[in-house]
Amino acid sequence: MSGAALRCEGLTRHFGGLTAVGDVHLSLGVGELHAVIGPNGAGKSTLVNLLSGTLRPSAGRVMLEGADVTGWPAWRLAQAGIGRSFQRTNVLRDMSVFENVRLAAQARDFGMARWLRAAQREPAPIAAAHVALSRVGLRAEGIAGTLSHGELRLLEIAMALATRPRVLLLDEPLAGMGPEEGEHVAALLKELSRDHAVLLIEHDMDFVFAVADTLTVMVDGRVLEQGTPAQIRASAAVREAYLGHDV
Amino acid sequence: MRIASRSGHLLLILAALAVASMPWWASAYHMQLGSVALVSAMFALSLQLLIGGAGLVSLGHAGFFGVGAYAVYLLPSGLSILLTLPAAALLAALAALPIGALSLRTRGFFFLMVTLAFGQMLFFLFHDTPLGGGKDGVFITRPAFELFGMVFEVPRRQRPQVLLWFNLGLLVAMYAALVALMRTSFGHALQGIRANEERMRALGYDTTRLKLAAFVLAGGLAGVAGHMWAMIEAFVNPELLSWHRSAEALLMVLLGGIGTLHGPLIGAAAYVGIGEVATLLTERQRLVEGLVFLLVVLLLPKGLAGLGLRRPAAPKRAEVPAE
Repeated sequence: MSGAALRCEGLTRHFGGLTAVGDVHLSLGVGELHAVIGPNGAGKSTLVNLLSGTLRPSAGRVMLEGADVTGWPAWRLAQAGIGRSFQRTNVLRDMSVFENVRLAAQARDFGMARWLRAAQREPAPIAAAHVALSRVGLRAEGIAGTLSHGELRLLEIAMALATRPRVLLLDEPLAGMGPEEGEHVAALLKELSRDHAVLLIEHDMDFVFAVADTLTVMVDGRVLEQGTPAQIRASAAVREAYLGHDV
Repeated sequence: MRIASRSGHLLLILAALAVASMPWWASAYHMQLGSVALVSAMFALSLQLLIGGAGLVSLGHAGFFGVGAYAVYLLPSGLSILLTLPAAALLAALAALPIGALSLRTRGFFFLMVTLAFGQMLFFLFHDTPLGGGKDGVFITRPAFELFGMVFEVPRRQRPQVLLWFNLGLLVAMYAALVALMRTSFGHALQGIRANEERMRALGYDTTRLKLAAFVLAGGLAGVAGHMWAMIEAFVNPELLSWHRSAEALLMVLLGGIGTLHGPLIGAAAYVGIGEVATLLTERQRLVEGLVFLLVVLLLPKGLAGLGLRRPAAPKRAEVPAE
């Protein structure tokens, strides 16, 4: 598994006496869509926050393209190639849709030598922003705060994409979306997973089983089972703990 | 950061011309007052880079203003202003570097309190040690108007108008530089931080470094303002660094409107103008000032610059004669 884009070993995070994430092993490569599922409070979002550097792990290691990046701050991990979206829409609401994505693209290799260039005349971020917007199918016009809920979710993905990451961490990209929008996002994720390593957190089981190549089932901060959708469906432990009897 | 519209800039140019023509119609006293307003505008403008630019509300900004002013006292006398002005900016920026690095570890209200504490530490450095010539302040020799080897002797009678023009030129340059700065990638990144710092970090921005750069630059610009203050008064005292003066600059920014670059110019002019009118009316000028500020904050949440959004042209014109 040395070819994995993102790998974590024994990843653990305590909040006081509570172990939100305990001893999680994960590995995903480019071309793979890996979904993390589990009931509320299973530690899925904490896992994303650990992998993206928003939280520091209490124990364990995170490896990006074979290099140890444990404990790196969020901005440095983003520079190194980890892009993320947030569970609760987190955009720059007063700015234009385009400026949101352009700023995301500008973050790439933003050394001091680039600080004083005129933002409207820097071709690379502008081009990258257009590419990201067209890839998710979002129009550049308008103020971010006036977008519909579904469009905001797409903007989240476009911003993560515009930083040109190798790894995409998507925290419930479908939350609050209608079925039609959901299909659009499913196709988009499939397409994105061809040239990215995608880690997806999602509640919608039908959606997850339809799009994911591999799955991790978490319960109480721990990994209950890992495998392909077929293996997860067949797992007695998962059935008992989580899926219930209707699967 | 909102930048004035075309017609807004036309009004600013008209105001600048009105100030520039003061030697033909105003007294030496009013020219001196004009210089005070111009320097206050520089100071408020430098603070706006923090508040409107990066969303950082500091209560220690006068520390750097004071360091810039004291630079004139600390440097050997008789130097050219071409040397002392950059030196003042550099000293103030140097002071801002460690203070910013430490203060920026905190956010919001705590940032306000930590900058207040550092500002007061600078104040006491000049108040309680022999470094700055004592707590009562000292008279200074003004740096010479010496440009490229040519010394311009300024007779005493012409000094107010020369200083007025020089300050006007500096303020225009500072304003233009900040307008240009806000259009750079750095300026856009600062605006992103002001809007949503957490998101900017997740996108890959080292927000602490960006904010520190803004803090140091704002400190240097405050130093320029402080230097020019010392030029006007030929006197420096520790009060220049006190938190009252930081609060004053904050009031000017509030008065003019947060989030615009022309706001601090209007705010500073209004602040100095209101103070002057209040002194004419009553001995209790603070009372009048307080009432006016209260009304502005209650009725104009976007400051005087926000007036232009509804009724263009009205506010800026009214403010200019107050200088």
